Amino acid sequence: MADNSTKPSSKLGEWVFHNVTRLFALLTLLILVGILVSLVHGAMPSIEKFGLAFLWSSGWNPPMDEFGGLVHIYGTLVTSLIALAIAVPVSFGIALFLTELSPAWLRRPLGVAIELLAGIPSIVYGMWGLLVFAPLFGQYIQPFLGATLGHIPFLGRLFQGAPMGIGLLSAGVILSIMIIPFIASVMRDVFEVTPGILKESAYAVGATTWEVVWNVVLPYTRVGVIGGIMLGLGRALGETMAVTFVIGNSDQLDTSSLYAAGNSIASALANEFTEAVSPIHTAALIELGLILFLITFTVLVFSKLLLMRLAKQQGQRT
Amino acid sequence: MDLRRRRKFINVFALFMSMLAVSFGLFWLFWILIDVFNLGVGALRLSLFTQMTPPPGSEGGLLNAIVGSLIQVGLATLIGTPFGVLAGVYLAEYGGHTWLGRTTLFINDILLSAPSIVVGLFIYAVYVAQVGHFSALAGVFALSLLVIPVVIRTTENMLVLVPDSLREAVFALGTPKWKVITKVTLRASMAGIVTGILLAVARVSGETAPLLFTALSNQFWTLDLNKPMATLPVTIFKFAMSPFADWQRMAWAGVFLITLGVLGLNILARVLFRQKHKQ
Repeated sequence: MADNSTKPSSKLGEWVFHNVTRLFALLTLLILVGILVSLVHGAMPSIEKFGLAFLWSSGWNPPMDEFGGLVHIYGTLVTSLIALAIAVPVSFGIALFLTELSPAWLRRPLGVAIELLAGIPSIVYGMWGLLVFAPLFGQYIQPFLGATLGHIPFLGRLFQGAPMGIGLLSAGVILSIMIIPFIASVMRDVFEVTPGILKESAYAVGATTWEVVWNVVLPYTRVGVIGGIMLGLGRALGETMAVTFVIGNSDQLDTSSLYAAGNSIASALANEFTEAVSPIHTAALIELGLILFLITFTVLVFSKLLLMRLAKQQGQRT
Repeated sequence: MDLRRRRKFINVFALFMSMLAVSFGLFWLFWILIDVFNLGVGALRLSLFTQMTPPPGSEGGLLNAIVGSLIQVGLATLIGTPFGVLAGVYLAEYGGHTWLGRTTLFINDILLSAPSIVVGLFIYAVYVAQVGHFSALAGVFALSLLVIPVVIRTTENMLVLVPDSLREAVFALGTPKWKVITKVTLRASMAGIVTGILLAVARVSGETAPLLFTALSNQFWTLDLNKPMATLPVTIFKFAMSPFADWQRMAWAGVFLITLGVLGLNILARVLFRQKHKQ
């Protein structure tokens, strides 16, 4: 589409408009670069002082100016993995229902409900988790899990300890409620990509609904499904409010129990950052932020690449 | 069991589990919404809208927090919208296939899901630490960085949907490209872009994490953008974590207001979008 105009003022207008829009696109890129540079710069004192050992040292002792990020990195990963373990099968079920089972009249309202659930601010989940969910969880669910799963050898250790309601497990559960809508809506969109003709062929040779989903839809959309899960993981890793309320905010971790209070990177930042007095404490917190950013960045890039691959494959085959 | 019966059984079992999953999802949605509604409405008082946030353990309102949220979200939208629309125009109309366009589009999707607390950290490092104090303006900057990716994404999506024949018809009249974009394609996709802006507003009005070390909070009334300013989410965070029953009650009221606002904006955005597309 070439510019047909010969009027000089239009030429100038065109040049200005084109370059202004280009400038803002470039600025968007610079935001990312800026985040990275400023975090590395802010974390420098801590990186220089603690080196790579920051990643596996677990001492977090502000009065002594000793910092190691292991507890926070562990808390971030564990809560996110618990969240995925619950959210992935549930989201798969929801997506399966929405694409294959639901009567047409129910499909839309259910889809909207799931999307609205995704829109609820995370502070609502967090506060509800602390004031409503955690007490009930500690009183009923945790003793029950301890009495059942707690007896399994090896795995049982995860479910032992005092049922306080708050802790790593509760944080994981609240996180899972929060990311179910994200994963479910990506999975639904991805499932809908499967060409009808493939599914109909399978039904025509007598496959059941489950066999169609498991042997046709899932293999066809595998890449996109993993992309959706990664997107949920990216959200879970960086989530602050839903976790901070219920994780218990303890910088010590000397048990493998999931009932124990812990800390995640995001909640440590939320709780300690404005109270950090020594420059090295601030720098250590910024380094935690940098680690969080690098982890989520990797996960999200991976997720995006997978989703793009599915879109491309779809473009080629249909 | 013969093969046929086993296959049927597996199918019925899987479909049953799928329905269970849906009930599981809806169960939480309703439980949370009912609690927020019950406890929130129970905590509503007229004084919430007329009085300032109180000192520990005493009665008061949320007026400064509500106004602070409106100011900061409003300004962030004012900054983020033109930024996002212009960048979105570039991606859809000019540089979608250049390296800059493709990289930006990719990076923008990453920014869309990046942890919001890191955005707060970024603004702290480049603004708060430089000027030496927390301020509402820093909060505005942090929120606008969260508005931008949402607006870029929807603007780009909506502009790409405009049929090329429409553009070509206007080009045929001898119109320069920038006029085609501003007078025709942007107008044609206005409903979609406004939807995107509403969704962005909905998203940032509930954000707490990026405000914790930018706008901080303030117990008192202020309209000064160079001072720390209270916002509803940060106030809720502070009050809900406190041991005082009065504060927790006000936090429920605040959560109710936020949920109502955010769900309202989401629904408004949907209705608007559907109506425009029916015409």
